[in-house]
Amino acid sequence: MPLDLALGDIWVYLSSGPLLHLTMTLLAYLLADWVFRRSGQRALFNPVLLSILLLVAVLSVTGTDYQTYFEGAQFVHFLLGPATVALAVPLYRNLPLIRRLWLPILIAIATGALVSSTSAVLIADWLGASRQTLISLAPKSVTAPVAMGITEKVGGLPSLTAALVVLTGVLGAVVGVAVLALVRVRDDRARGLALGVSSHGIGTARAFQVSDQAGAFAALAMGLMALASALVLPFVLRWLFSG
Amino acid sequence: MALKFIALLLSCQLIGEVIVAFSGLPVPGPVLGMVLLFVGMVLRGGVPDGLGRVSDGLLAHLSLLFVPAGVGVMLHLATLRDEWLAVSVALVLSTVLTIAVTGLVMTLLIRWTERPGRQD
Repeated sequence: MPLDLALGDIWVYLSSGPLLHLTMTLLAYLLADWVFRRSGQRALFNPVLLSILLLVAVLSVTGTDYQTYFEGAQFVHFLLGPATVALAVPLYRNLPLIRRLWLPILIAIATGALVSSTSAVLIADWLGASRQTLISLAPKSVTAPVAMGITEKVGGLPSLTAALVVLTGVLGAVVGVAVLALVRVRDDRARGLALGVSSHGIGTARAFQVSDQAGAFAALAMGLMALASALVLPFVLRWLFSG
Repeated sequence: MALKFIALLLSCQLIGEVIVAFSGLPVPGPVLGMVLLFVGMVLRGGVPDGLGRVSDGLLAHLSLLFVPAGVGVMLHLATLRDEWLAVSVALVLSTVLTIAVTGLVMTLLIRWTERPGRQD
C-alpha cells in the first residue's frame, strides 16, 4: 500500500533527527502532568513515573531503541547539569532556617543518609542482588542528577539508579506522611526533613502539601543530602565494593 | 538579562567539571558547580534577581529533566525482572525506615535545642 509506504518513510525520516523524540518527551510529560493535576495531585499519579511508563510503552510498540530515543531526549537530559547548579539558590534562600537548627539538621540528615544507603544495600544483598544493582541502589534517596553522577563514578548503572531514585521518591511520597503519623512525628520541620532526606524532589513536593515550613525543610534536606552524599558516598562505595 | 545568568550557571558547571577532571574527585561536576555558586552568593550576600528567576524557572520543571534518564529503565528491565524481589523489598523497607528514623531523630533534637531555660 503506497500510503503505508509514505507513512513509513515519514517515520524513518523523523526518527533520524532529534525533533521527534524531543517533542515526544515534552508531550508525554505535559500529558502526565495534566493527569496528575486532574487526579488532585495524588502521589500515585506522579508525573515522572507516568511519563516514563508512557514513553517506554510508545518506544516498545514502535520498536525504537533507547539510543535512538536519547538522541532527541538528550537536550532535556542536558539541563540536569545547570539545574543541579541552580539548587544553590533555594539552598541559599533557606540559610536563615539552617542557622538556628544547624546541628539538629546536620545530625538528622547524616543519620537519614546512613540509614537509607545501608539498609537498602544490606537488605538487597541479603536477598541476593548483584554488585551492580547494589551500587545503583545505594544513592536511591539522593536527587537524581547527583545520584546518577555518584553511581557513574563507582561503576553502577546511572539509568538504573534514575529509575530506583524515582521509585524511592514515589514510595516516600505515598507512604511518608502515614509512616510519620505512625511513629508520632508531628513537628512540620521534622516531617519535612524526613521527606526530603528519603525522597528528594518528589518528597519535597509532598512536604509542600503538608505546609510551607515542611516544604522548606524538605528542600533544605534534599540539597544538603545531595551535597553530603556526593562528597561521602563515592568513597564509602569504592571501599565497600573494591576488589 | 536571563542570558547572563544562564551563562553563569553553565560556567559554574564547567569549572566544576574541569576541577573534577583534573583532581579526580569522585564528585559530579555540577555538584561542585552548585557549591561554587553557593559560596559566590554567600560572599556577595544575596541572590541577584535575574539568577533567582532563571533558577526558579529551571527548577519548576525539575521533574521533567529526570524523564530521559528514567526511560533508560527499559534497558534494565531484565535486571529488574531477575532481581525484582530484592529490589522491591529493599526499596520499601529502606524508605519506611529512613523516614521514621530521620523524623524521630529530628524531633528529639528540636526538643533538645528548644528545651525551656536554654539560652540562645
